[in-house]
Amino acid sequence: MTHNPDLTSSVIFGLGWLYLLLSLMNIWWTARIMKTDPHRDREAALWGAYSGLLFMAALAHLTGSSSPQHFHIRMPNFIKEFIDLGAAPVPYFTLTMVLFIGVVVLRKWFVKETVGWVLLNLSVLFLTLSMTDYDFRQIVGKPDNVPIVSMLFIVGFFTWLYFKRAVDNDERRAAGRPLFEQEKNDKILVWPDLVYSELICMVVTTVVLVAWALLLPAPLEEPASSAQTPNPSKAPWYFLGLQEMLVYFDPWMAGVVLPSMILVGLMAIPYIDFNKLGNGYYTFNERKFAILTFMFGFLPLWVGMIILGTFLRGPNWNFFGIYEPWDAHKLEVLNNVNLSEYFWIYWLQARIPTAPAGADEFTKIIYILQREWLGLLLCLFYLAVVPFLLAATIFRSFAVKMGFIRFIVFSNLLLFMASLPIKMVLRWSFSLKYIVGIPEWFFNI
Amino acid sequence: MASVGDYIRGSQIWKSIFRHPAPIDRRNRIVVMLTNFFLHLHPVSIKQQGIALSYTWCMGGITFFLFLAETVTGVLLMFYYRPTLEHAFNDILALRDVTTLGVMREMHRWGAHAMVITVWLHMYRVFLTGSYKPPREFNWVVGVLLLVLTLLLSFTGYLLPWDQLAIWAITVGSNMARATPFLGHEGPGFQLLNIGGFDLITNASDARFILLGGRFVGEMTLNRFYILHCVAIPLVVALLIAIHFWRIRKDGGISQPL
Repeated sequence: MTHNPDLTSSVIFGLGWLYLLLSLMNIWWTARIMKTDPHRDREAALWGAYSGLLFMAALAHLTGSSSPQHFHIRMPNFIKEFIDLGAAPVPYFTLTMVLFIGVVVLRKWFVKETVGWVLLNLSVLFLTLSMTDYDFRQIVGKPDNVPIVSMLFIVGFFTWLYFKRAVDNDERRAAGRPLFEQEKNDKILVWPDLVYSELICMVVTTVVLVAWALLLPAPLEEPASSAQTPNPSKAPWYFLGLQEMLVYFDPWMAGVVLPSMILVGLMAIPYIDFNKLGNGYYTFNERKFAILTFMFGFLPLWVGMIILGTFLRGPNWNFFGIYEPWDAHKLEVLNNVNLSEYFWIYWLQARIPTAPAGADEFTKIIYILQREWLGLLLCLFYLAVVPFLLAATIFRSFAVKMGFIRFIVFSNLLLFMASLPIKMVLRWSFSLKYIVGIPEWFFNI
Repeated sequence: MASVGDYIRGSQIWKSIFRHPAPIDRRNRIVVMLTNFFLHLHPVSIKQQGIALSYTWCMGGITFFLFLAETVTGVLLMFYYRPTLEHAFNDILALRDVTTLGVMREMHRWGAHAMVITVWLHMYRVFLTGSYKPPREFNWVVGVLLLVLTLLLSFTGYLLPWDQLAIWAITVGSNMARATPFLGHEGPGFQLLNIGGFDLITNASDARFILLGGRFVGEMTLNRFYILHCVAIPLVVALLIAIHFWRIRKDGGISQPL
């Protein structure tokens, strides 16, 4: 698997600073444990030893005592091969869903400070060790991808922080104690308390921005040339979730209808959510459905698909493992089948209805409708009948509280959101291309 | 030194700007909030938990500050950069290699990326604390519009360096407009818009053409995106930010029922 240029001294030196940072972070953590609770001395000793180990790793990197070819602190090959082996959309989405459900179900355990700290350490170590791989460096080290890596940590941290506060408040509620936000909630003067913390925030933001700008040059590639199409051609990173949807939907759905629905759906949230609880404090138990729906949309579907589109999609929009070289000749078998083909050819063993040559426009339309009637009916059923089925079953209480129009809007938005995972699962399990496939009218769903 | 400070604070000029003594006692800490144009965005007093960093995450504030930083660095870049096929790339190249304070481009680009992330996190926090609930429904809608405009600002700015990264990202992004229902020449239903068998929507009149000012990403696109990026969108954003902030005050703070 040594197909690539190996480590260079400057990469090793750079990683040394990361290890040093991680070591300092853990020294701080050790000190924090010793200060807060003298009885946890064994735990503190463990963290201290770990910090020492990291410090030695940092020294080994920073002194540059061995040549890059013989450098040993790197991601083991068997782990790389194992991860690349499972590199495909299905394992990826399964993993994100397992993570998402795991965090929600095990939230009481997840919000423990030690658990959070261990997870942070593991993810930073994983990133640092992965940086010793050439192909990983090529994609993660791209200047425009650096913000995405930091976004991962930031989003993870704030999700952790939310659950910590929410679990705490839910426990307070269960025990009949006042919520965290209601304790010590006196009115205080904006000058100095708010004005000064705003000032500090501005100074910190400026320092971070200037340091970032000085350390990392902005990308500038070859001059624009409409003759040379790069492979892959990618949209700006924040739109890569939408570009990833192109795998499952045609541009008019992935690029126009679904983004519009996302925006309309976001704007509709305050008018749909009739739950009066949870205004002005963190909670999970009091608004489970709202939180889960929003988080599902934000974490696996938005952030998760940006990660997928940025780091895992290579030439020809093929899926590549994080340590896999981007081979433009990688072949992925694509023989996706339309629902109409399933219906006429596989099930009825008949020919697909095709208008005879030279038929007039009206006859052509009739033939198209005859060919696609099942898919059209399914889509109509999905948007027009399923809301009523939902209202009669699992969302009965919602429908009663929301009223007719509100519920129809809500259920249709929800169904549009669900259409993406549904189409994904259909693609993976049945190689389904289009439910309705009318390329004559650019109308493919 | 104290006497110099006293002399300045006692001068007519100082008093004409700040019409009260330094905010070191309770009375003047209240007065400063009422008399200062910039501070009057804020109330005089506020609930303690409403400003706790672990509650607000400060993401909205950082987003606004980044918008200001983008404005300042952006204006400086506008002094230097010329949005034409002849100059665009070379100006950016010069910013990187020779121009004093060319680092403004880095600050502008990284600030833009950071702003996208902080807007998302601000929305995440507002959702998780239920702060969009009555009476703040409309302000959430304004916030969603600001989110869209932030993404569009970033998107239009992405083209300006005029390198391979820029034009192909914009090409991929704007290709979607070709498939707009009814208004794109490869979108469903565009055939319905024709008069006497003559299509109104072609590749020289559809949504993508309007966006790009041409059939492909070219000089007119650069011009359009430059104007959108530097003038049109920032003006709308500034207006919406003003409404957003004003509504926070009128709706009774950042969260909690009235």
